[in-house]
Parts: sequence; C-alpha cells; structure tokens
Amino acid sequence: MKVTSAGLVAIFGIAALALLPLVAPPYYVSLMVPFFGYAIALLGFNLLFGYTGLLSFGHAMFLGFGAYGAAIVAGVLGIKSFEAVIVVVALASMLAALPIGYLCVRYTGIFFGMLTLAFGMLFHSFLFKFYHLTGGDSGMRVPRMSILGLEFAKYNKIEFLSGPFYYYCLAQLVLASLLMWRLVHSPFGLHLKTIRDNERKAESLGVHVHRFRLAAFVISAGFGTVGGAILGFRVGLADPELVYWTQSGQLVFMAVLGGFSHFFGPVIGALTYLLLQDQLQSLTQYWRFVLGAILALIVIVLPSGIAGLIAGLRDRVLRSMA
Amino acid sequence: MTALFETTRLSKSYGVLKALEDVTLAIQDGELVSIVGPNGAGKTTLVNLLAGLLAPTAGDVRFLGESVAGMGPVELADRGVARTFQLIQIFPQLTVAETIAAAVVSRQKKRWRLLTRLAGDAQIGRRVAEVAEIFGLVSRLDTLSANLSQGEKKLLDIASAFALDPQVILLDEPTSGVSTADKHSVMNTLIAAAKAAGVKGIVLVEHDMDLVAAYSHRIIALSEGKLLADLPPERFFADPHLIETVIGKRRHN
Repeated sequence: MKVTSAGLVAIFGIAALALLPLVAPPYYVSLMVPFFGYAIALLGFNLLFGYTGLLSFGHAMFLGFGAYGAAIVAGVLGIKSFEAVIVVVALASMLAALPIGYLCVRYTGIFFGMLTLAFGMLFHSFLFKFYHLTGGDSGMRVPRMSILGLEFAKYNKIEFLSGPFYYYCLAQLVLASLLMWRLVHSPFGLHLKTIRDNERKAESLGVHVHRFRLAAFVISAGFGTVGGAILGFRVGLADPELVYWTQSGQLVFMAVLGGFSHFFGPVIGALTYLLLQDQLQSLTQYWRFVLGAILALIVIVLPSGIAGLIAGLRDRVLRSMA
Repeated sequence: MTALFETTRLSKSYGVLKALEDVTLAIQDGELVSIVGPNGAGKTTLVNLLAGLLAPTAGDVRFLGESVAGMGPVELADRGVARTFQLIQIFPQLTVAETIAAAVVSRQKKRWRLLTRLAGDAQIGRRVAEVAEIFGLVSRLDTLSANLSQGEKKLLDIASAFALDPQVILLDEPTSGVSTADKHSVMNTLIAAAKAAGVKGIVLVEHDMDLVAAYSHRIIALSEGKLLADLPPERFFADPHLIETVIGKRRHN
C-alpha cells in the first residue's frame, strides 16, 4: 500500500512538473529550478535524518561543496560539461565527507547536530575569509555549462533555465529519487532504520552502527553536492550565504514541513517552502515571521508534516470506502 | 574439546566498584547453563562481557578458543553469539518481518547490498518466514513492533536473536515480564527453537528457580561479583545455604 501511494505521488508529481512549463510563464518556471536543487539535497538529508536518525545542522556545507565545486571545475579548470562537473564534484565531496563524517557519527542527538553545525560554520568562515581563493563575500562565478553535450547557445538565460535546464533537473530529480528509493528499500537501508530505532539492539543483531552511519553521511553529502551544483548553476554564482547556518536550518525546516517520516515528505516540503516563501515575500516584508509561525504550528499540530496529513486523509478515505 | 565459552580470572570494575572479580568458568557444547545470584551479583555484567559489549578490566574471554574480550557485539554476532536483553529491545517503527530480516541480513552477509531490493530477496524472505513460524509470529509479520503486546514484543526480541543462527545464545531473563503461567511455554519454545536452529549452547540469566531447576544442565551462582558455585542442578539444590545466599530469604517467607 505504501509503495503504491509513493508511486502515485511520484507519477502525479512528475506529470505536474512536466506540464508546468507549458502553462506557467518562463520566469516562474525558472523559479522552480531551486526546488529541484533543494529536493535532491533533501533526499540525501533525509537518508541521514529520517532513515538513520541523525539530524544534521550543517548540511548546507554540502550545498556549498556543490556550488563552489562547480565554480572551480567549470570556471577555473574549464570543464564545461555539467554531467562531468556533477560526477567530479560529488565524488570529491563524498571523499571530503569521509573524515568529517568519521568524526561526527561517533556522536548522536544534539552532539551530532552541534558538530555538523560547527563544521558548516568552519567552512562558511573559510569561504568568507580566504578571499584570494574563494572570492570572499563576492563568491565565485559559476559559468554556463553544456547539458548532455548541448550548448543551447541560442537560448537566453531565462529561456534556458525554464526550458532545457528545467527538464534536465526534473530528470535528475527522478533519477535521484529512484536511486534513493532503492537505497532505503535495500538490506543496507533496513540496517540504517534499525540504527535509528534502537542502536543497542541493532548492534546485537550484527549491525555495524558507526560504519553505516558514516556511509549514510557520505551518501547524503553526495546528494547535497548535486543539489548545490544545480543551485549554483541557476544563479551563476557560488555564494558563501548558501553555506550559512540558516541555510542548514532551512533544509531542516523543509524536511519537517513536508514530513521526514515519508519518502517524498522532504521533497513536498521543499516545494511548499519555496512557493510559500515566494508568495509571502511578495506580500509582506515580515515573511520570515510568518514562516516561523507556520513552522511552530506544523510541529505542534502536524508533527508528521504535509505528507503525514495526506497519508492520514488517504487512510480515512480508504477506511470509509471499506 | 574446546569449550564454547571460557573465561579466565575475568574481572570488571567501575572505579572502586568491583562488579565482577576473578570469575573462571567454561560453557561446553550442548549445555544450557544458568547464571543465578541476587540483584547486583554481576550476572548482567558477566553476560555483557561474554557478549563483547564490555571490555574486562582483567582476565580473558575466549569463544571457541579465540580471545574475544571487548571485541564488540557486532563482531561477536558475526562469530555466532546472539543475545537478548533483560528489558525488551525492539525497533518500534519496523514491522515484525523487518526486525527479523535485520538479523537475517547480517547472518547472510548481505548488509552492504545498497541497491538490491530487500523485498525481492527470496532467501531472506524464506528465513524470516521460518523464524516467525517457530515463534508463532506469522500472523503478525506486517504489524509494527510498537503495536505488539508485551508478550509478543518479548518473543520478537528473542526471535530476532535466533534469526542470527547463533552457536551460542545469551538470554538475560527471557521470561521477565511474562506471566507465571506462560513462562514454561516461552522456555519450551526457546529450547525447541534452539534445537531447530542448531544452537550449541545457551546461557540463561534467570531469577525464577523453578525454571532454573527445570531446564539447566549446570548452574553458576554469583554473589557480590564472585563465583560462588558451579554445579549441576541436583547438587546445587541440595545445598540449602547456597540457595539462601542466591535467592535470599524469599522462599522461606
């Protein structure tokens, strides 16, 4: 049943997202590109949070790895194929995540959260202070790259982002979701869930707690990096603000808003957050206040998030039909 | 013949507190050995040392001749040592089938299969069904562990340990929280399951002397961290002084 509902969400989601450029103005369609970036990053974030039970407060660091990595590989090294950039940057980021994760996964709960926050802030300070390397507060330029070997030179930026790049990112999200779906439904994914639920019992059943936490950390770093590369590509800039701790908080917000106990919850959360932010920003300068109030309300009234609400409604309908 | 488990002058201290002191014992193939003693005697410490959860302060633990002192529960599980805990340990958000499957995945060494579908693995599915059958959990396979009754949770806790196909199983009060009437049926299920699974040795920590008398081949009594007796049941129960030390005055009241 659960498989079917996740499948339904996926089919409706893909259909709606595929049709959007046909009905919405290009500018709004291009605004959806960050959604794809965040959604991919959140799939990884939730492998760590929803499936392994580790809440990272420094995950924006990996968005930064992606954006700055793209700026270095495409801008400095001159590799202008986005696929090659993504592969190189994701692998490098996963390699960098190994020692960071090795230190962090020895701790759980608030200590894990604080350590990841500390690493995130360290990276932010590095980006900010090492001006000659990173461009400091001006960031680094992320040049336009080819996708699937095609330049799309005749398209202006908005046309490119709302057309080919939009569909390219949609395909990436579909691929990332399929990959994550396989991961969480594999024997490996089962062992991650045992760690989330009861570490002591898991160990007694032969679950390598530390190694598996580290693996989840490294994989989630890979997803975060791909998301970050998309975000950097869209703006054309790798900006230190992308790594600031409030960005990590935003990822947590999105996951909670959508419902981290459900596979597509964080993806739904990312979409809702970005649409809400866009609407609120155009309505009031106090949009952060309203967003904060909404988060507080969600935690109190709807702890399982929007996906939990949908699942609850579905169960009620099914029960009334039975 | 090499003993299954062997400890030599095993000691464990927490600061000045000596939880276990100079305990030397052996558990042979085919035995069910009960560890008894009053509260604070060091029974759970001994089990935690055998299970690799604790590292000894002094002395050694050998499993099938290999030193396993402080090796860690995962490595010991891989070598064929399973355990259950005094307090029920479950995975609240996992179903009964998933809980048993977690152990089967370890046993079949499939833990690093990142992209294989768990539900599509017939070998795992078959073993999960077998274990559930032995413990009478077949009708509950799709139930969330959190929604089971206390008795079922206890059974699941034990069933998942058995799913490791262990050579030795350490049972820390497997019938605690189970009604007196059900205790023998739980023990009978356990022993039948152990035979079916080819378990070579069972170490049982138990307060209930009726169970200890009924099922043990040998009784190891601890008191204040020291080995008090290591005797077959008929000799153990023939010594009133020993019984009084182990269970206090409860029986006489």
